Parts: sequence; C-alpha cells; structure tokens
Amino acid sequence: MITVNNLTKKYPNQVALNDITTTFPAHQTTAILGPSGSGKSTLLRSLNLLELPTSGEMILDDLQLAFNQVISNQTILKVRQQFGMVFQEKALFTHLDVLHNLTEGLIHVKKLTKAVANQQALKLLEQFEMTELANRFPYQLSGGQQQRIAIIRALAMQPKYLLLDEPTSALDPELEAQVLRILRSLAEQNTSMVIVTHNMAFARQVADRILFIDHGNLGYQGDTENFFTSDNPRIQQFLGAMTF
Amino acid sequence: MSEFFELAVKYLPSLFQAALQYTIPLTIMSFSLGLVFALVTALIRLSQPPKNEWAAAFLKILKGVAAFYVWTFRSTPLIVQLFIVFYGLPNAHISFFANAWISAITVFSLNTGAYASETIRAAILSVPYVQKEAGLSLGMSNWEVYLYVVLPQAARISIPPLSNSLISLLKDTSLASVITIVEMFYLSQQIAAQNYRILSMYILVAIVYAFLTSILSIGQHYLEAYTSRFAQ
Ligand SMILES: Nc1ncnc2c1ncn2[C@@H]1O[C@H](COP(=O)(O)OP(=O)(O)O)[C@@H](O)[C@H]1O
Ligand SMILES: [Mg+2]
Repeated sequence: MITVNNLTKKYPNQVALNDITTTFPAHQTTAILGPSGSGKSTLLRSLNLLELPTSGEMILDDLQLAFNQVISNQTILKVRQQFGMVFQEKALFTHLDVLHNLTEGLIHVKKLTKAVANQQALKLLEQFEMTELANRFPYQLSGGQQQRIAIIRALAMQPKYLLLDEPTSALDPELEAQVLRILRSLAEQNTSMVIVTHNMAFARQVADRILFIDHGNLGYQGDTENFFTSDNPRIQQFLGAMTF
Repeated sequence: MSEFFELAVKYLPSLFQAALQYTIPLTIMSFSLGLVFALVTALIRLSQPPKNEWAAAFLKILKGVAAFYVWTFRSTPLIVQLFIVFYGLPNAHISFFANAWISAITVFSLNTGAYASETIRAAILSVPYVQKEAGLSLGMSNWEVYLYVVLPQAARISIPPLSNSLISLLKDTSLASVITIVEMFYLSQQIAAQNYRILSMYILVAIVYAFLTSILSIGQHYLEAYTSRFAQ
C-alpha cells in the first residue's frame, strides 16, 4: 500500500495539489478522476517522483519520504523502480523497435544479459499475442498498439505499481477498446494500478477505489459505486459534464 | 581538351596522394576531435545547476567558458584563427603551435566544434520531453537517459546538419595552405606556378574536391536512409 499524507505541490503561481491525504491499496485499481487541470497528473506523477511534491510525506512499504527535506537521487531511483508508468502517448522510444523498447530497461536498469532480456520480452509479447510486432518501430504501429506495447514495457520491469496517465485519451474508440481490454484483465489479476482516466464507464466497471480531485483538493476518496451514485453537487456536476 | 586530359593523367595521382596525405587525415582528425568538443560544449550549455553550491558555481563558470568559446569561433574568420594560432601564438612564446599540423587540427577542430555544438544542442532540445520521462520512469538515472534515449535520438536528428559541417570542413582544409601545409590545394598552386597551366590546374583540383565531397554526400544519403527507419 502507498500512503500519502498532506501532500502539497506548489508551482510559482498556483497550488496544483493541496494537502492530499489518501492511500493507494496494493492489488487494487485506484482511478483518479477530475476535471482538466485539477491536478490528477501531478498526483500520479508525485508517486514515482517525476514531480517532487513541495511538502507532505509518502510511505511506500518500508520507505518513508518527507518532501520538505532534500531527497537524494539514489532514493528517487529506488522509488521510481517500484513503479511502471504509461503515458498518454508517444512515449515508446522512437529509435528502437518494439523488442528493444521492452529490453532497454531490463538491460540497463535490471542489468539482465541481452539474451535473458530478449527471452523475457518475447515471452511477454507472446503472452499478449503481439509477437508479430517485435521488429516494428513505434511509427509503424497504430496508436492502440503503441499503448499496449507501452503497458507491456512497464510490466516487463515487474513493478509493484502500474501508473497510467490517460492511457487511452489520444485513441479512437475502437483502438481504445483494445487497450481497455488489457487493463481490465490486469485488474482481474489483481495488479496494483493507479489510473487517471476520463472514461467513466471504464472507471466504474474496473476501479476498486475512486479519488476525485477538484482544483487540487481531494473531493472524494472511497468506494467506486458510492462515487457514481453520490448526491454531492460538485461530483454530480462533474459526472453530468462527462459522457458515458 | 586533350591537353587537359594529359594534364589530368599527369597530375591527378599526385593530387590524390596529397588528398590522402593531408586533406583526408586533416578532415578526419579535426572532425572527430570537433565532435568531442561539440558534444562536451552542448552538454555543458544544456546542463541544469546541481544541488551542491560549489558544483553549481563551477558549472556557471564552465557555461561562461563554453558560451565564449562558441562565440569567438563563430564570429571570426577561419583564416584569421589559423593566423593567430600558427603565427601569433609561437610569436608569444607558445611554441607548441609552431607545428603547422598541430595548429591546423586545433583550429579546424575548435571551429567545427563551435558550429556543431549548436547543431547538437538544438538536436538534443528537439527530443520530446516524454521520451526522457519514459526513460526515467523505467528507473534510469539522468545520465542513462541521456546515453540510451536522448543522444541516440539527437544523433539521428543531427546527421544531415553534421554531414554538411563535415563537407564544409573538407573544403576548408584548403586553408591549411596559408600556414605552410602543402595539402592538395597548395600542391596545385605549386604545379601551376611551374607549368603555367593555371586554369587547368585549378579546375583539376576543384574536380578532386568535388569528387571527395560527393563521396561524403553519398555516404550521408545512405546514413540518412538507414536511420530514417526510426523516423518521426
Ligand atoms: N510544470 C508546471 N509548471 C506550472 N504549472 C503546472 C506545471 N505542471 C502542471 N501545472 C499546473 O498544475 C495544475 C494541475 O495540472 P495537472 O496535474 O497536469 O492537471 P490534470 O492532469 O488534472 O489535467 C494545472 O493548472 C497546471 O496548469
Ligand atoms: Mg493530466
């Protein structure tokens, strides 16, 4: 489980996250919902320290980080290696084919030999029925294929938590469905996931837990069904503006 | 015309020999060294201030030196740089540069490095930020991200402009003649002074330069075709 206490992220002219205290349970899917610019990405990216919060703390198993103190580069790397991350788009390494996108982290971070890394990557491609893409470069893939490979690249590192920042927002609906199918099956296998999404139907169906961020504040945390049936006016207003 | 062919047959071998002995080694050594200067300069100018106060102050000085270096070499003529280093510095008792080869390679590589550093800097900046973040999110350190993600992508972007620099450099090595190196152009001057076939001799040497630069252009074409397989 990840616990964050009083997490605050300030930019020079605004507060992106304001005093967030919440948890991200292991083996569950937590969906972060909220309007654009509310701080969802900032919260997600704070978990693997792509953003360094201004204050507050994070507890990740035996690791405890206090953000009002300087955090060493070594600690940052150690924390980051517990997470896999999937971005909205265009994050596959453009100079490498699919196989090498998958092995890059295994070889340089996990220090596996090329042979072992290749073997693991090919096994994953086979498992997700994408072996035929192994030698293609990212520009030769559809947006949906790119995102599925990005998910596999993150999984290849065997992270404790998988973070996804609007992984289907750049996709057409039919391509989105392919990606959501993978995420659904990962959720069914109790993968620990935190996902920022605008797809409310998917969140309602798959998420075990909802965090609702509104102007940097935590507007709701808890059970999925309670969120979608909430009579809180702010939540109703938000849900009313979303299409299902 | 047949007279020109006779001249060509007679003098092309020595011109090519001069190319092999001077033009090509000068170009290769200056360009390789120039790329090292360029990369180091680009990385210094792009690096973020470290947390440590002293390291940050040191970096600031390095950035100043790098900016000054690029500015001086880009804002003065190559021939003036050659004169300052080869004739000027030994005159000020810096006898290291009394050797024409050392002077030529120093000036050519620093000059190429100054221009190429701007090329490499622009190429590094054009690598999308999400590519770096993707590397970081895999657990790579900043250096690993540079080494395995940013530089390979920047290299591809810089191939066309760097090839142009290489071609310019090969032509510019003809300026080594002004600091006593009997390279290909100087040799053609010497021959022309003996046989008075001035126009023919200079056309002949122009042809050899065109031949060498064309080979580089063809190489550039294949390199670009090879790397475009990871286009976009
Ligand atoms: N690097 C940054 N500098 C300044 N402001 C930022 C930066 N990153 C994000 N913000 C601001 O912080 C707020 C939250 O951003 P973000 O977390 O990306 O929102 P969301 O993902 O919910 O759309 C936004 O108002 C955004 O403009
Ligand atoms: Mg966002």
